[in-house]
Amino acid sequence: MLPFTYSRPRNIGEAATAGAQPGTEFIAGGTDLLPLLKEGVRRANRLVDINDLPLGGIRHEAAGVRLGALTRMSDAADDERLRRDYPAVVEALLAGASPQLRNLATVGGNLLQHTRCLYFHDAAMPCNKRQPGSGCPAWDGQNRGNAILGGSRACIATHASDLAVALVALEARVVLGARHGEREVPLADFHRLPGDTPQIETVLEPGEVITAIFVPAAPYSRRSTYVKLRDRASFEWALTSAAAALDLAGDTIRQARVAVGGVATKPWRLPKVEEALAGARADRSIFHAAAELAAQGAEPRQFNAFKVELMKRAIVRALADAGSLA
Amino acid sequence: MRSVLSLTVNGRAREDLVADNMLLLDYLREVAGLTGTKQGCDGGECGACTVLVDDQPRLACSTLAHQVAGKRIETIEGLATRGRLSALQQAFHEKLGTQCGFCTPGMIMAAEALLRRNPDPSRDEIKAALSGNLCRCTGYVKIVESVETAVRAREAAE
Amino acid sequence: MSGSVGQPIDRVDGPAKVGGKARYAADFRPSGVVYGAIVTAAIAKGRIAALDTTAAEAIPGVISVIHHGNAPQLAYAPMDPRPIVDPKTGEALRVFQNDQVLFAGQPIALVVAEEPEQAIQAAALVRASYAVGNAASDFSHASLEARPPEESRHPGGKPGALRRGDADAAFAAATRRVDASYEQPAEFHCAIELHGTIARWDHDHLTLWDKTQWVDNDRTEMAHVFGIPDDNVRVISPFVGGAFGSALRSWPHVAAAALASLLVNRPVELVLTRRQQFSSVGYRPRTVQRVRLGADDNGRLTAVIHEAVAQTSAYEEYAEMVIEPPAMLYSTPTLRADYRLAPMNVNTPCPMRAPGIVTGTLALELAMDELAEACDLDPLRLRLLNYAERDENKNLPWSSKSLRQCYAIGAERFGWSRRPSAPASRRDGHWLVGYGMASAVYPAHRAPATAHAELRADGTASVTSAASDMGPGTYTSMTQVAADELGLPINAVQFELGDSLMPPAPVHGGSMTMASVGSAVQAACRALRAKALDLEHPNRLPQDRGAMQQAYARLLARHRLDCLTAETEAMPDDAAGRFSMYAFGAVFAEVRVDAELGEIRVPRLLGVYAAGRIVNPKTARSQCIGGMVGGLGMALTERGQWDDRFGKIMNASLADYLVPVNADVQSIEALFVPEEDPWVNPLGVKGVGEIALVGVAPAILNAIHNATGRRIRSLPATLEKVMGC
Repeated sequence: MLPFTYSRPRNIGEAATAGAQPGTEFIAGGTDLLPLLKEGVRRANRLVDINDLPLGGIRHEAAGVRLGALTRMSDAADDERLRRDYPAVVEALLAGASPQLRNLATVGGNLLQHTRCLYFHDAAMPCNKRQPGSGCPAWDGQNRGNAILGGSRACIATHASDLAVALVALEARVVLGARHGEREVPLADFHRLPGDTPQIETVLEPGEVITAIFVPAAPYSRRSTYVKLRDRASFEWALTSAAAALDLAGDTIRQARVAVGGVATKPWRLPKVEEALAGARADRSIFHAAAELAAQGAEPRQFNAFKVELMKRAIVRALADAGSLA
Repeated sequence: MRSVLSLTVNGRAREDLVADNMLLLDYLREVAGLTGTKQGCDGGECGACTVLVDDQPRLACSTLAHQVAGKRIETIEGLATRGRLSALQQAFHEKLGTQCGFCTPGMIMAAEALLRRNPDPSRDEIKAALSGNLCRCTGYVKIVESVETAVRAREAAE
Repeated sequence: MSGSVGQPIDRVDGPAKVGGKARYAADFRPSGVVYGAIVTAAIAKGRIAALDTTAAEAIPGVISVIHHGNAPQLAYAPMDPRPIVDPKTGEALRVFQNDQVLFAGQPIALVVAEEPEQAIQAAALVRASYAVGNAASDFSHASLEARPPEESRHPGGKPGALRRGDADAAFAAATRRVDASYEQPAEFHCAIELHGTIARWDHDHLTLWDKTQWVDNDRTEMAHVFGIPDDNVRVISPFVGGAFGSALRSWPHVAAAALASLLVNRPVELVLTRRQQFSSVGYRPRTVQRVRLGADDNGRLTAVIHEAVAQTSAYEEYAEMVIEPPAMLYSTPTLRADYRLAPMNVNTPCPMRAPGIVTGTLALELAMDELAEACDLDPLRLRLLNYAERDENKNLPWSSKSLRQCYAIGAERFGWSRRPSAPASRRDGHWLVGYGMASAVYPAHRAPATAHAELRADGTASVTSAASDMGPGTYTSMTQVAADELGLPINAVQFELGDSLMPPAPVHGGSMTMASVGSAVQAACRALRAKALDLEHPNRLPQDRGAMQQAYARLLARHRLDCLTAETEAMPDDAAGRFSMYAFGAVFAEVRVDAELGEIRVPRLLGVYAAGRIVNPKTARSQCIGGMVGGLGMALTERGQWDDRFGKIMNASLADYLVPVNADVQSIEALFVPEEDPWVNPLGVKGVGEIALVGVAPAILNAIHNATGRRIRSLPATLEKVMGC
């Protein structure tokens, strides 16, 4: 690990000032950043530890729930009201990582975790995300874990978060803090598509930090679920995942929210699928027909083509599970 | 950059001059000389370095030493009292929760964290609590049995 | 006096392990130790054109950057004969001796620094430029050039071809046939302990604290590397954090650590990163096998044709016994088995738990399941129909074989009769349910070993042999054997291992530690007891174990002896020339496959083994369960993913190379069939470490077929293969 200086500011102003300097990384849980620094995948001259900022806590309000950015994944997963009112969020939290990691990792940091693309993680390999302009070997390489949606010739790295998939389905917003106040961004707009600049992953400005995540209380939130598919039964990132939320009147769908993970370059909301479900009957044939729309524009590569079909089936399962929730 | 780090390790207060970029794992092994905490991967993949920080299980390989300043650290070496194995250690010994023994310290510390939080866990809760600890020898069966045995032993002792 | 052998004794090394006090190689702290970090080649073949170390050397704390441009030429004296753990053909990789690059990940430089972080950081700053050669990275391309192993031409070499009768004609004439190809990817040991070495020179004497399954050979290999007498090298390795074959040989990083210590004149610790391990310490080679089975209408085999091609490196020929199982597991009048090697620009593969045997058995047992379907027979019935009453390969009787009992007990215990008779016919909610089974086999080896036994003034005993314990319980089982022979309680006997100064022991691998070292411990303790009896009338020695310790103490005192010692070498007798010796087993699996999502779960695994005498059922059962979980990984998750363009393994981490986790493991049971084998060795043991892995993956894949109707012929059985998309 290259040497860096370490500081622990007490307020957002100090953190933002320190964080705006080139070569600086914020550190919260550190579960993503520290191994990357150790392996030389990321470099930093300065680490600004934001754990002393007053950004913890879960606040339930009539309009929704506000998760302080420094809320540990384990604390969020243990929150009874969150489990009752936004089950997909808790299921996604528990599906991720391991108890030790969840105990360190924060919900804000989880949204910023780096891709699991094999080439990004091998510092000796080309990778446009790690080293702009060096190329994307995943395009024609070991791309089973890579994206079929939202990619570009420059990058097909998947976004790795489970939590973000559940949150984007539930129309969460991200609160960003800087020296001069806060701004709010829909989570759906927070991550950027890779395009020609895969190294720029979010709309965060230098020195800006995530201060909170707000999940609105919607009629579908309680009837939400998260389905995660992977090769082993735990401790693995999603091969494909789906979050679904349904607002039902009898067996008619008033509105639906659907998002997928493990298949796209950012947490991937599926508005066309949602539109097809709105007003329809909640049954498997409708779910199947709607899920077909998920794959529009999919660009599978050699080893991830199966995700087109798997994604559709995961959506159907998530919808069926959500539909059968009490 | 180096700065002074103060913390408590296995009940004993320490102060050391520690590099800003030193991981807690290297601090424990190289500075504190506690080699019971193991490294099995390049970061966050195996759980062998699990220690307790203020009773919570954490990965020493994914934590900077300075991040735990002022906190209470416990390692496998701190579990025995006056040379007597704890009930959990004893159960891992008797039930063969250990084979090559390398994942054992991390496994025991993860189980210890569970039992402090939940003294009577179900089998599924045990498996979930140990889901971040890889073992390549035992096949996990005896590890889960060891924790269950410790639960019963603790109950019997009360 | 009741013996401790056969009893479920607690692990004698358990308290040290659960207390964090067991010391593995990287836990030793010789004073003044400095740290090494390896720089690896980024290309698969070529030449190092230039190496820029200036940035690395500028890092504070860096002591030296060692590479081919500044390293001395080392002796690397040839070993004759070569140790059994080394390939018979080719040259082991020599560290920093020239500018050639033979595989991606090859060590090309070593940074030594005062602190570990400084070394790692400086290693990342070493810049190499290369003259890139044309690498052989594509397996299917390399397979076209595959050839029988060179060693097959020499006596004792692993065979490249086995023949009985005219198998091709018999296959052509068979009324029931299977012809299928099975692919197995490279698999990695992934013991949780990283490979590490600490080297220290004291003048011309080298001490190594190393992760090794064979301290004696490690010593001899390093003595040859540096051109010094064996006696000038000492290797210490009291605990090994799992290895499964990865620590049989002395790998290049061991020589690199010793070289660095020589050059900087300080003890040097070198621990490989997890990523580096994937290209530094061997792996199970990728192997493709085409199997053709011919049978008559009743299901009796008439022909077995087995063709295997495995990868090896460009600089050594690593060969395995892949074609042994098809030649001996079932009775067949005709056989043609061929084994060829495809050299590639990769690091040399090495034995991994049940090397070769697990590979050959995989393909054979998958094909047998397909043949059962072709013959419309129950898979277990097919195996019984073709039961081999003698070893038709060696043309010898078995020393013992209880496979029939394994089948019967396993079928009964598992409920095999409730197997869904038609594929894809049983459903439970989302889940399709299926049963599968396979046979397991592993040879019972034995090698010469020596043990030293000593009675001390207090009547306790100390026994030593330069053996190893990577986890199965060598410390415990040897203590049991010694205690029984000496008539002492377990806690009055101390067994020590893992130091090359101790009497020589064979490699801790091939499931032969108990047979070899156990026999030596038994012989040495027997000799020691005889010495004691020479001094004392037998009638005056008690029968009670507690009293025996006092009796020994009194005896030594009376004869004014500080201690009484015996050292004995135990040699295999000629029985191996008269009998064929194998452990056998039967594995049963229940599998559930999500009908829509393809996720696979294994709710039940049962292994029934006939492995001679079981010295400690407690440790043996645990060892078997662990081996079976290794088989679960082999079946469902484990594979090296190479990028052929770079000749490089890409999933080189425990996050991306997926070994089974706790949640994957549900009900797993291992049972032993009582078996007396008078020929195999004095203890009557066959070993269980390897056989527990054999047969598991085919049992699971056969169960997947039973559950879904889908034949998966390439490992691992991932969900896209099960879904067929």
